[in-house]
Amino acid sequence: MSTATRQERQAGVSDQRIVEELAQAVIRFAGDSGDGMQLAGTQFTNATAVYGNDISTFPDYPSEIRAPAGTLGGVSGFQINFGRQRVYTPGDYVDALIAMNPAALKVNIADLVEGGVLIVNTDEFTAANLQRARYEANPLETGELNRFRVYRVPITSLTLEAVKDAGLSPKHAARCKNFFALGLAFWLYDRPLDTTLKWIDEKFAKVPAVVAANRRALQAGYNFGETAQLFTVRYRVPPARLEPGRYRNLTGNQATAIGLITAARLANKPLFYASYPITPASEILHELSLHKNFDVRTFQAEDEIAAMAAVVGAAFAGSIAATGTSGPGLALKQEAIGLAVMTELPCVIVDVQRGGPSTGLPTKTEQADLWQALFGRHGECPLPVLAAQSPADCFWTALEAVRVAVKYMTPVLMLSDAYLAQGSGPWRIPQATDLKPIEIRHATDPATFQPYRRNAHGARPWAIPGTPGLQHRVGGLEKSDIYGAVSHDPLNHQRMVELRAQKVANVVNDIPDQEVYGADSGELLLVSWGGTFGAVRTAAELLRADGRAVGHMHLRWIHPLPRNVGEILKRFRRILVCELNLGQLQLVLQGRFMVETVGLHKVQGRPFRVRDILEKANELLGGS
Amino acid sequence: MVTATAPLTAKDFKSDQEVRWCPGCGDYSILTQLQKVLAETGATRENTVFVSGIGCSSRFPYYMDTYGFHGIHGRAPAIATGVKLANPALNVWVVTGDGDGLSIGGNHLMHTIRRNINLKIILFNNRIYGLTKGQYSPTSEFGKKTKSSPWGTVEHPIHPTSIALGAEITFVARCVDVDTQFMQHILRRAVEHRGTAFIEVYQACQVYNQEAYAFASDRKTKLDNLLYLEHGQPMIFGRERNRGIRLRGTRPEVVEFGPHVSEHDLLVHDERSADPTLAYLLSRMHFPEFPEPVGVFRAVEEPTYDELVMQQIAQVTQRLGPGDLDKLFNSGDTWTVE
Repeated sequence: MSTATRQERQAGVSDQRIVEELAQAVIRFAGDSGDGMQLAGTQFTNATAVYGNDISTFPDYPSEIRAPAGTLGGVSGFQINFGRQRVYTPGDYVDALIAMNPAALKVNIADLVEGGVLIVNTDEFTAANLQRARYEANPLETGELNRFRVYRVPITSLTLEAVKDAGLSPKHAARCKNFFALGLAFWLYDRPLDTTLKWIDEKFAKVPAVVAANRRALQAGYNFGETAQLFTVRYRVPPARLEPGRYRNLTGNQATAIGLITAARLANKPLFYASYPITPASEILHELSLHKNFDVRTFQAEDEIAAMAAVVGAAFAGSIAATGTSGPGLALKQEAIGLAVMTELPCVIVDVQRGGPSTGLPTKTEQADLWQALFGRHGECPLPVLAAQSPADCFWTALEAVRVAVKYMTPVLMLSDAYLAQGSGPWRIPQATDLKPIEIRHATDPATFQPYRRNAHGARPWAIPGTPGLQHRVGGLEKSDIYGAVSHDPLNHQRMVELRAQKVANVVNDIPDQEVYGADSGELLLVSWGGTFGAVRTAAELLRADGRAVGHMHLRWIHPLPRNVGEILKRFRRILVCELNLGQLQLVLQGRFMVETVGLHKVQGRPFRVRDILEKANELLGGS
Repeated sequence: MVTATAPLTAKDFKSDQEVRWCPGCGDYSILTQLQKVLAETGATRENTVFVSGIGCSSRFPYYMDTYGFHGIHGRAPAIATGVKLANPALNVWVVTGDGDGLSIGGNHLMHTIRRNINLKIILFNNRIYGLTKGQYSPTSEFGKKTKSSPWGTVEHPIHPTSIALGAEITFVARCVDVDTQFMQHILRRAVEHRGTAFIEVYQACQVYNQEAYAFASDRKTKLDNLLYLEHGQPMIFGRERNRGIRLRGTRPEVVEFGPHVSEHDLLVHDERSADPTLAYLLSRMHFPEFPEPVGVFRAVEEPTYDELVMQQIAQVTQRLGPGDLDKLFNSGDTWTVE
């Protein structure tokens, strides 16, 4: 997909400059990891969201906190796709790249579209920095950038000039250059500054010199665009026509945290969240820790195992209990998750997947924990598994996970990933009163209570300590059906294994039938799950616009699968399962339904590009 | 909450499960003493929770008519932490052993103690793995021959009380399984303590380590081999009560009363000292060089973790107002699409 096809160019004139109206644009801030690019990106995102565009963002940063300055390994980037129509992904390619140093240019230039805007901070193109970025010659002089619209801006020196009277040391003054770059980007895309100015005032309220310097740098960047006769074009992306309502921009991790708080509140319970810091899940703990006025009890445990064990204990004692982690942490938690399965206690485990195995690519995205989520425990140990499809959807997924956990008395595993967790998108804000309460009925009657007597859903009663007359013992040893005494009886064990599996299978009753976007049957069914929704849906839309009989089945529930999945698979001639792993869902579908599928597998620590999917789909469809 | 019409007795804390430890095991004694102490101190069945890990000791919750959680190996302190934070009003006990608590679960024990969460932890120390049939444990003596060390171990033991003190314990005590009256006294002290109470119980494994603490359990010799700690009292021991512990430089030494030595020369026990140095010194005294101290090594009051957690929630709630979902949803930058 080239920019030409999705840009509606409407030339206009303002301030003697051409204003081009675009349907959509992708901008990327790139610099050294100390340059504040994540901040610039986040601010651009918020201002753009408030302006009313649909957005999708993709922060991309190194796992080192401060890699050596100026090196390729230290490049940090933040990409924002914003449009006046629905935006499902951060964008395959970049229309405008702001490169704060040679390393950032080198790492990112391949993603810039031909004819795209390239703003370079010329001050940083020194011999030493060129060498650090492994440039043999200065790319600004070799002509290799001629296919782009290059704007050479001495961002560092202009920033120093702008903030010189603010009272900062030269070192601190230079740090304001991200705000200069941001101001320039605001000018280029005709965004107002007020959202960021307000943020600066609040964020640095205690240090007036920093407020003054950042404000001046931001303003100077904007004014530079306005007054320097460098730019001949600026762009306008009109607000999107989203579903009416009030919106807010959320990252996936924020959405997960708010979803958990909401669930606990709807259940009229405290929220107990135990976690051990791990990238890219830690922000859930951070966010929850802010909201203790919701009776949120956060517990930063000594390790992953303790976090999960504490969750099981808190569930036993009657809290809404949850933990969050990433792949290596999930591996450590699995024994205690098995205990939650065995004791049939409700809790939620959020796995924010990252590149693995082992430490792998800790800050990059992947979907390779699916098998671990489904099968990673010892013994027959099924639990419900569902996956969020967008940053904002993490809210609804977390809420649903809690509903299912308490209804079926089971741990529920929610899959997110680095791409969703750190990326952001608009969330249509619900009214709290529109959300259905989560009804919990604890056992209270000693006359009828048996710890393993099941209800119609297959769930055992939740009898919590403090309830007179219901003293009972749970634990990892197999228990007798109904009565819950330790039992080594062979037939009882088989029965209990089957009852636990059946209970999890019953969750299908709470899952709506699977929907298929686009063609109901035909040439090709695109199948996806989790964070790849946006790329696959965009590809499906484009293929359909091309007149192909293509459907898209995006799975939210992976265990159990919706009832009609097998039947849907049979309606299409070819099935393409798109995953950021080597075919984990593919194996599940093939095993369950004996269908032949084709896999599209990507394990590069990066999300799908729409083009990845289009290429493979077109190959399968033939012609075109 | 329903209050019991008649005070509970030890029998009320017995569950209907058949107790299945080996005959003569010290676990029976601990179970009995604890049932007595719970009844005496006015505990209720419904507000008491026993949490355990894996090992012989960890069967304990099944035999108590309270709420119980038989967890997984080593994780009892973490499970108990979750229980306590979910409902700080509960009385939560952790039952563990030398392998469960100090080997596979060492990390959780250390951090639970460090936080001073209001749990009572009883560590049954028999210096052997019993349930897995006789391998050495982290408290087994150097050179011990076991199934997994037929030529003797080549690793040094750790000492539970030293570990607890190193982790900043606020209450640490030791007793011997056969010394039932004294154990009851220690358990009562633990019940009274606010914060993590850690009790090491010396016991034999009747099958795999019968002689583990013969020096401490033999009625004939125990007065010579144990030092009964009493707050504010000089450290005197021996059947004749004619010996004591004196400090020489930074080292304790055993002295006998005589013309030049009286009880005024002895160390005086101070369980309430803010500085844990004396308690640590006691934790390093081992038989046969020294009589081994039993009793309360340290008992100091500090705010508990569970109190602080709830206090912080109350403070934040006061500052920010009670949580309001609509306010939370609409915080930050929002915009409206018409």
